Amino acid sequence: MSRNHVSKPKVEKIIPLKPRERMQIPRHAPIEQDPGCRINNFSEVSDGFNVELASEEALRCLECNDPVCTKGCPVNVDIRSFIGLIYQKDYQGAINKIRESNYLPAICGRVCPQESLCESVCLVGKKNEPLAIGKLERFVADYEINTGGFTPPKVDESKGQSVAVVGSGPGGLTVSAELAQRGYAVTIFEALHEAGGVLKFGIPEFRLPKHIVDAEIDRVKALGVKIETNVIIGRTLTIDELFEEMGFEAVYLGTGAGSPRFLNIPGENLGDVYSASELLTRVNLMKAYKFPEYDTPLKLGKRIAVIGGGDVAMDAVRTSKRFNPEKAILLYRRSRDEMPARAEEVHHAEEEGVEFHFLTNPVEIHGNEDGSIRAIECQKMELGEPDEQGRRRPVPIEGSNFMMDVDTVVMAIGQKPNPIIQQTTPGLETSGWGTVIVDGNGSTSREGVFAGGDISRGGATVIQAVADGKQASRSIDTYLTEKRMEEAPVQN
Amino acid sequence: MYVIHRRTPLSSAITALEVEAPLIARKRKPGNFVIVRPTATGERIPLTIVESDSERGTITLIVQAIGKTTQLIHTMKEGDEFEDVVGPLGEPTPIENYGKVVCVGGGVGTAVVYPMAKALKAAGNKVISIIGAQNSDTVILEKEMSAVSDELFVTTDDGSRGIKGFVTQALGEIMERGDDIHSVYATGPLPMMRAVANQTRGSGIRTVVSLNPIMMDGTGMCGACRVTVGGKLKFACVDGPEFDAHEINFEELIARNKNYMNQEREAMETLKQEHQCQAG
Ligand SMILES: Cc1cc2nc3c(=O)[nH]c(=O)nc-3n(C[C@H](O)[C@H](O)[C@H](O)COP(=O)(O)OP(=O)(O)OC[C@H]3O[C@@H](n4cnc5c(N)ncnc54)[C@H](O)[C@@H]3O)c2cc1C
Ligand code: SF4
Ligand code: FES
Repeated sequence: MSRNHVSKPKVEKIIPLKPRERMQIPRHAPIEQDPGCRINNFSEVSDGFNVELASEEALRCLECNDPVCTKGCPVNVDIRSFIGLIYQKDYQGAINKIRESNYLPAICGRVCPQESLCESVCLVGKKNEPLAIGKLERFVADYEINTGGFTPPKVDESKGQSVAVVGSGPGGLTVSAELAQRGYAVTIFEALHEAGGVLKFGIPEFRLPKHIVDAEIDRVKALGVKIETNVIIGRTLTIDELFEEMGFEAVYLGTGAGSPRFLNIPGENLGDVYSASELLTRVNLMKAYKFPEYDTPLKLGKRIAVIGGGDVAMDAVRTSKRFNPEKAILLYRRSRDEMPARAEEVHHAEEEGVEFHFLTNPVEIHGNEDGSIRAIECQKMELGEPDEQGRRRPVPIEGSNFMMDVDTVVMAIGQKPNPIIQQTTPGLETSGWGTVIVDGNGSTSREGVFAGGDISRGGATVIQAVADGKQASRSIDTYLTEKRMEEAPVQN
Repeated sequence: MYVIHRRTPLSSAITALEVEAPLIARKRKPGNFVIVRPTATGERIPLTIVESDSERGTITLIVQAIGKTTQLIHTMKEGDEFEDVVGPLGEPTPIENYGKVVCVGGGVGTAVVYPMAKALKAAGNKVISIIGAQNSDTVILEKEMSAVSDELFVTTDDGSRGIKGFVTQALGEIMERGDDIHSVYATGPLPMMRAVANQTRGSGIRTVVSLNPIMMDGTGMCGACRVTVGGKLKFACVDGPEFDAHEINFEELIARNKNYMNQEREAMETLKQEHQCQAG
């Protein structure tokens, strides 16, 4: 990566507008389904930009000589260049430019928290709203999908070495794409019956359509990557067997953090209490929203309370809203400012009529004789001193307990890695949180085993999994290159 | 891929299926299960691996047609394929030579206890087994159980075969003999497992049951299968499915398992209508 130039040559600007003129153009809003209508379907909320909107939005870019947006991006996409290509109407060129740094643009354009990454530093944002970088990324990615213009990038000559990638989430897909391009034979092993990880079973169709995820997975396969579904590493095969019996020379662990946490409050095991993971998997992966055409059911009541304040909680509550309840309620124990969810999703949830209750902490779920839920008992909170991450800690207000009338409760208070691989892989060091410990290069304590994404970070983001995957694929390349050198017959 | 090589009806609603799954067959230990999805629009459900043959690369599953998915599997023929089969899942049964053990199977639960009984016998235990069923039609694996047991009791609710009554009656008789029973293994409907647990609780006989909660992924990622054991939250698919019966909160689990009864009924109705359409 050449991102720290010593001297910066001036790059010629191609957009024929003065900086002041560019700064005055207001940010363009994407085309979206009307909230009243979209809560009755699972189709994508946002249609993004069309050609006109994208062209006009591109005009707002200042074409900075030192594009800070690229530094704000965890994988350093050359944003200025791809926006320039959009201005020149070379959409395929623009998407090719992005794919040099990020192999999953149609996904990232939709789900990255741009407001706290590239867009948070964009210079236009100093005076006006920042460029809609995510929407532009999505526009060119969709353009390619719609026009079928994809041609696989060049793949290096075979290195004669193979790599096993465990997990087919954004991290695993990225490592696979990177290594396949470098000439390694890559096989992905996925526990579920479909590839894609959280992109398939977690993030809802209305935010990330599954045919988009499949289109990106097809691009990974186009590089020669093999995907074996229904294989649980640690159960069907172990890491040791991957090395010893199957001849893989390196292993990447991208198994995520899928195991739901619970609050440990009375009533939490009543029948109508779900983890957000269960709710979302039933709906997204198993297509419960098409029951009985699909066989997997989902039983939701009329007053649904979702507990949490992150992306997962937002997806769970907006999904619930689409099952036509009287009320879909979000309970969060801190205030709006501390919510970790993407701003766009909070905004969409509000538009869709989700009821937010801040500084509200559930303490007990009360049941009826027949095992159904009668109410959730909550406690009011106030904000106290900041914690280690600088977020103000919620403190209970004595005697403030009250009942809320609900019949379904969904826990979206975080996930941790499931323990199967850790328990079945001798010598793999883990933290007290169950995450796999890696160094800055993505190496674990086991030789030849690398890891990244949610399995090492706990719950993080898609783009961090992608960035970890890129880092680890460089490390794996170095490791395997050294191994190749050592094993090569000495010639003299 | 997951082709059915052999289909053997065991009763009017229970069938054994030998399914091709070489990687699973190689790894499987007694106590393990798989998650299967019969069709591309199907549901994921757990099934115990009753037997495996690593040479043929097959596993044997036994299903009783109860809900829509099991009904669908019940009608699959030799040569048909499962869309997905994944495993082996769950912690295997710890097997040692304990001395004398009792293995109790209720209904299709006999298919779950059979591999345990077989392994316990092979490890040198004296195995006394009890098979319980509603009537003579639903008694399954009698020959197989008898082959791995030193003594076998059969009970039916209506007395059409063996002792008239529940498995607990036979278990009571065995316990009264004052035999030195080291452990009881019981699998079957939840009320049966609860009854067995209550029966052995006073005597302090180690009692192990294999639970059958609602499951989806089978890898610890959804929490649908959660149960309270000894006051602690456990996921049956990764921490179990076998647990100390005396520590399980059965009431909670029975209530949770009832959760999808209405949907199940709706799905069965649709299935019946489809069949009628096909027939007509
Ligand atoms: C509901 C939800 C919404 C989210 N929304 C956003 C968002 O809007 N923006 C954002 O940036 N991030 C979001 N995130 C977070 C983001 O999805 C994750 O950080 C990211 O997917 C992590 O990628 P990963 O590759 O590490 O793992 P995952 O995507 O979790 O993929 C791991 C894969 O490994 C498989 N696996 C696990 N164990 C095994 C095993 N033993 N053998 C074989 N395979 C195995 C799993 O089945 C899974 O397919 C969201 C997360 C959730 C749950
Ligand atoms: S920081 Fe904003 S204005 Fe500058 S190059 Fe990046 S997108 Fe364009
Ligand atoms: S079946 Fe999902 S956690 Fe056990």
